[in-house]
Amino acid sequence: MFYIYCPYCGEHREEEEFHPKGQAHIERPKEPEACSDEEWGNYLFFRDNPRGVHHEMWVHAVGCRKFFNMTRHTVSYEILETYKMGEQPSITADSQAKPREAAAVSQQEGVRA
Amino acid sequence: MSQSKQQMFRLNTGGRIDRSRTLSFTFNGQRYQGHPGDTLASALLANGVDIVNRSFKYSRPRGIVAAGAEEPNAIVQLGSNEAAQVPNVRATQQALFDGLTACSTNGWPNVQRDLMGLVGKLGGQFMPPGFYYKTFMAPASMWLTYEKYIRKAAGLGRSPMEADPDSYDHFNQHCDVLVVGAGAAGLAAALAAARSGARVIVADEQEEMGGSLLASRETLEGKPADQWVARVLGELASYENVTLLPRTTANGYHDHNFVTLHERRTEHLGDTAPVENGHRQVRARLHRVRAGQVILSTGAHERPLVYAGNDVPGNLLAGAVSTYIRRYGVAPGRKLVLSTSNDYGYRAALDWKEAGCEVVAIVDAREAPAGDWVDAARAQGIKIITGSAVIEAKGSNRVTAARVAKIDIDAFKVSGPVQELACDTIASSGGYSPVIHLASHTGARPTWREDILGFVPGLVKGVQACGGAKGTYTLGDVLAEGVEAGIRAAATTGYTAQTVSLPSAERLQQGPAVALFQVPHEKSTLRGPKQFVDLQNDVTAAGIELATREGFESIEHIKRYTAMGFGTDQGKLGNINGMAIAARCLKRSIPEVGTTVFRPNYTPVTFGAIVGRHCRDLFDPERYTALHHWHVERGAEFEDVGQWKRPWYYPQKVNGKAETIQEAVARECLAVREKVGILDASTLGKIDIQGPDAREFLARVYTNKWEKLAVGKCRYGLMCKDDGMVTDDGVTSCLAENHFLMTTTTGGAAAILEWLELWHQTEWPELDVYFSSVTDHWATMTITGPEARKLLAEISDIDLDRDSFKFMDWRSGKVAGVPARVFRISFTGELTFEINVQANYAMHVWQTLFKHGEKYGLTPYGTETMHVLRAEKGFIIVGQETDGSVTPEDLGMQWAIGYDKPYSWIGKRALTRSDTKRENRKQLVGLRPKDPKVVLEEGAQIVLDPKHAIPMPMVGHVTSSYYSPILDSGFALAVVKGGHQRLGETVYLPMADGQTFEAEIVSTIFYDPKGERQNV
Amino acid sequence: MSNAATFDTRTDTAIPVESPLAYSYRRSGAPQAGGSSRLQLRERAMLGHLILRGGAIVLDEAVRDVLGLNLPGRPQTLVQDASGERSIQWLSPDEWLVIVPGGEEFPLETKLREHLGSAHFAISDVSGGQTLLEISGEAARELLMKTVIYDVHPSNFPVGKGVTTVFAKATTIIRRPSEDRWELVVRRSFADYCYRWLLDAGAEFGVNVQQ
Ligand SMILES: [Zn+2]
Repeated sequence: MFYIYCPYCGEHREEEEFHPKGQAHIERPKEPEACSDEEWGNYLFFRDNPRGVHHEMWVHAVGCRKFFNMTRHTVSYEILETYKMGEQPSITADSQAKPREAAAVSQQEGVRA
Repeated sequence: MSQSKQQMFRLNTGGRIDRSRTLSFTFNGQRYQGHPGDTLASALLANGVDIVNRSFKYSRPRGIVAAGAEEPNAIVQLGSNEAAQVPNVRATQQALFDGLTACSTNGWPNVQRDLMGLVGKLGGQFMPPGFYYKTFMAPASMWLTYEKYIRKAAGLGRSPMEADPDSYDHFNQHCDVLVVGAGAAGLAAALAAARSGARVIVADEQEEMGGSLLASRETLEGKPADQWVARVLGELASYENVTLLPRTTANGYHDHNFVTLHERRTEHLGDTAPVENGHRQVRARLHRVRAGQVILSTGAHERPLVYAGNDVPGNLLAGAVSTYIRRYGVAPGRKLVLSTSNDYGYRAALDWKEAGCEVVAIVDAREAPAGDWVDAARAQGIKIITGSAVIEAKGSNRVTAARVAKIDIDAFKVSGPVQELACDTIASSGGYSPVIHLASHTGARPTWREDILGFVPGLVKGVQACGGAKGTYTLGDVLAEGVEAGIRAAATTGYTAQTVSLPSAERLQQGPAVALFQVPHEKSTLRGPKQFVDLQNDVTAAGIELATREGFESIEHIKRYTAMGFGTDQGKLGNINGMAIAARCLKRSIPEVGTTVFRPNYTPVTFGAIVGRHCRDLFDPERYTALHHWHVERGAEFEDVGQWKRPWYYPQKVNGKAETIQEAVARECLAVREKVGILDASTLGKIDIQGPDAREFLARVYTNKWEKLAVGKCRYGLMCKDDGMVTDDGVTSCLAENHFLMTTTTGGAAAILEWLELWHQTEWPELDVYFSSVTDHWATMTITGPEARKLLAEISDIDLDRDSFKFMDWRSGKVAGVPARVFRISFTGELTFEINVQANYAMHVWQTLFKHGEKYGLTPYGTETMHVLRAEKGFIIVGQETDGSVTPEDLGMQWAIGYDKPYSWIGKRALTRSDTKRENRKQLVGLRPKDPKVVLEEGAQIVLDPKHAIPMPMVGHVTSSYYSPILDSGFALAVVKGGHQRLGETVYLPMADGQTFEAEIVSTIFYDPKGERQNV
Repeated sequence: MSNAATFDTRTDTAIPVESPLAYSYRRSGAPQAGGSSRLQLRERAMLGHLILRGGAIVLDEAVRDVLGLNLPGRPQTLVQDASGERSIQWLSPDEWLVIVPGGEEFPLETKLREHLGSAHFAISDVSGGQTLLEISGEAARELLMKTVIYDVHPSNFPVGKGVTTVFAKATTIIRRPSEDRWELVVRRSFADYCYRWLLDAGAEFGVNVQQ
């Protein structure tokens, strides 16, 4: 049961209010007709499945109904950050691979009720 | 005189029980007495009940071993009547109440004279480890036969056969600091956190908070430790920001500090919850706690030593012996032999002696024990046998003697002569194992600490451990750690905590413990008498050794092979010993062998608490339309469509007999085709779409064109996902140039709204458009049939003339005096008006329609009739004709695809992929059974050659099939490979019963192919 | 003008209406625990409910001029007029719920549309689609803890807050208009489920239903 910070509501909310919507930052090709079948197939069907830092899209379904992005660690399930649609993550697998202190953590340890 | 004769093991003084009151209870049919403050276990011990169960596999007699959650044997079935039955209750955790009725869960038919044992059960040498896998898996078909007997013989308890009169709850809790366990560490932590103003929840599984301090021989500030407990609890209770939850077990730690607590609110009071002020209290409650910080002050479980015959009743944990004496005023025997590897165990002997009973000897595995408690034992004149251990307990239904010998731990052998000491009780202590279960649920691996011979919890963010749970056992240090944890937790959640002045604890000298887990025997482990590791699952040291010999090296595999730590036990007493034995056999260290992962729940949770209020008619929401009451009164049968209850059909009484569904549907269908019918279509999803780019948005999400749809017009639309597969359909109306009303399928309403938002928020934020759900705002009444116009004309001011209010137009006006939007669209093929009014007016409009409709034969119809009528017209239902693999072209709906629209709408690109262009895709066709009486089965597979050898190539399946009253014939819709090119061909439908039906592939439109009727 | 269709769904004529709980009263009744009640429940039916969508900057002035209320820009905020009869609640960065006395919603929508002119916004009348349940009494917070997953502790849920959250297995908007009063906005189709849930969960406190 995740505790998710909705960047639009500005609060942590229970996972039950959210729906996961798969990998984040999948952009629909601007000109679908210019895509080969393979390119279109990649867009439609192929997704990353990393062990570690992953970017996901979620929607605050029972709440503000806004879609947003989440950087989540797929092993520890720690949510490293959430950010609005159209924004880029500040934490990536690359930034995490660098020395630990370089990794910014958006939330302080623990959360206030 | 409070002391009853039966309670011959009850001490005259001491303990936290109320001797002035006597409670009666029944165990296995025998009546006994105890006192308030007793647990069922302490009361059984007071009455000298040795055997409380039969073991799971070997059917051996078993007695009480522990005094808390770690008890493996005394697991009982509770309940004085059928409805109150509760399985899997630990007698050590069940408070005694007057009239309590319990029986053993194991030991069918009788614990004292076990029939299964006599007939050889399934036990003994017939059940080596891996038995289940080896025996019952082949032949698999026999499992059902075995399983019945194993379950009965294994006695896993039983559920009640009558409805539970009690109610259960969920409680959503939020706090800054959750303290799990209210012993010395937990109370200190709670105090520190609470004084900072943080919101604190303290959960403790016992009847009284205080943990080991309630039965400690140690003092705080020179006074009995329980006085400090009372003072702290008093202070905590006075704070508004503190919630104290006794009788509450933290059973599971889930992601991000979500912890489930199981509170037993009335289980100490009786079988069923008491009634207060006429309201029955909630029996058990599941707290769903989201905590800022979690403090695990769960203490430690004492580890028993593993020696031969260690399962005979009368073998107890040393600490449990102390608890029974000091907390419950019960000495669980008369003559004690203590076997220990450490100083802590000595306390049992001291308590035993002080209770006036005989300590035969302390057998200490260490050569030269030294420490304050050791000195105290010597001062009491207790005999101490050093460098030795109890290697075997003698006795069958109760310990009669301890066999004691010098042992060589490193060489794992008995190194001296064996002496037999007559006794009735053997207490053992192998040190402590921190209770790391909850920490383990976090997924963090525990780490082994050689200095304390135990695993300490691995921790994740937001979780701290303190005290025994962290491997700290000295009272002063435990308190200090608790305060520190409380301060840190408060600070992390944004509060400023002051330090708490700690009560002074005694500083006791203790000698080092020795690492002893399994005690060697004169015979080898495999040949000697059984040495039990996991009493609940009957796992022996030999079983573990055998597993390692069979090649199991990972502790996770050994666990599964032997069943160690399974079930309700979760390895509380046995896991570390089991690992140590595996390590010895594999010649590795314990950390090399690994750790096992504990899983929720820590102790069993009653189903009632898991379910809470989500049961019976609150199991799932039932969504009703504004007309629901009318449908109920009319005697409708209902169909579940998502969470909606929709009228399925309206059976009438004919000659006092209710119509069958077939009769009702036939009547309803003919009424629509010949007169007029009415459907409550309010469940259709309705989305209000506004904005200058609304039209462009529709063009992108629908497959068909929207640019020319004029105000006042409606259009059917088809939606695909970007893979080109149909996902929803419905009619969308143009209300104004920048304003549309979209309808969706009943089941798709929420998902389609989210789908529209998804595209708007992620791909096309530049489009100026907003979506809002108005599903519940409008009630929709569909009147359909040749008489529909005449009926509506009677109660509406709208011009219904066929040439001014055309098919696929909408108009607004009044219906029955209520402002309404009326849509001339049709899902039946008949002349249809869909009347939309604000839902609060719906009942009035509906009833007015009936007032005027009688003379036209107005007939309410349900979803079944709707299905038949639409299928006769070849109209699809998304989710019935489609299954996520069907394109618009597969459905023959090329007319609804705007390939030349400027924007590459959702699904377009995929529809030009080679696979979606394939000619032999499954395509929607009609099927006319050769025998008109036949109604084909939905889902039936279609073949071209019924004589083909099995497996026959299948070319499709039936998607919808009904009897058509108007055609007096069965008919079906189906998807068939290349079906659009097969009109007129015969296909075959072989059924499971050997019959094969024949059908002809025909057009999907069975009735009124020219579509004239809807235009009348 | 916004080029959207407006439609007054109400009528002046004396036509019987049924609130979303009409069926529930017939089915489950309206319990009266009397003096021992620690929980009061009241439906405030037939109010005007409008969903307002648009940018805060676009809507702010119009709302102030027409409704006399400041558009709450901060998430989870509820603003009411002095009488408490009219309120506007933040639902999302571009979505607000306006609740006014029944019958005011159409004139309000019309005036807002006039004021907003050709700006991009949307107003949807949802008055028939939801109802407002008022909960008060000393056990109100306990009842809510059994019901909604959101933290209703006063430190997290002060007066003037409102959120959309999970209600048992349905959803609700929960608001705190005053110290001792809570409001739930529930969808019409779920109203009976919510009502039965509240009666069941509240039974141990003794419920008085005011009709
Ligand atoms: Zn949100």
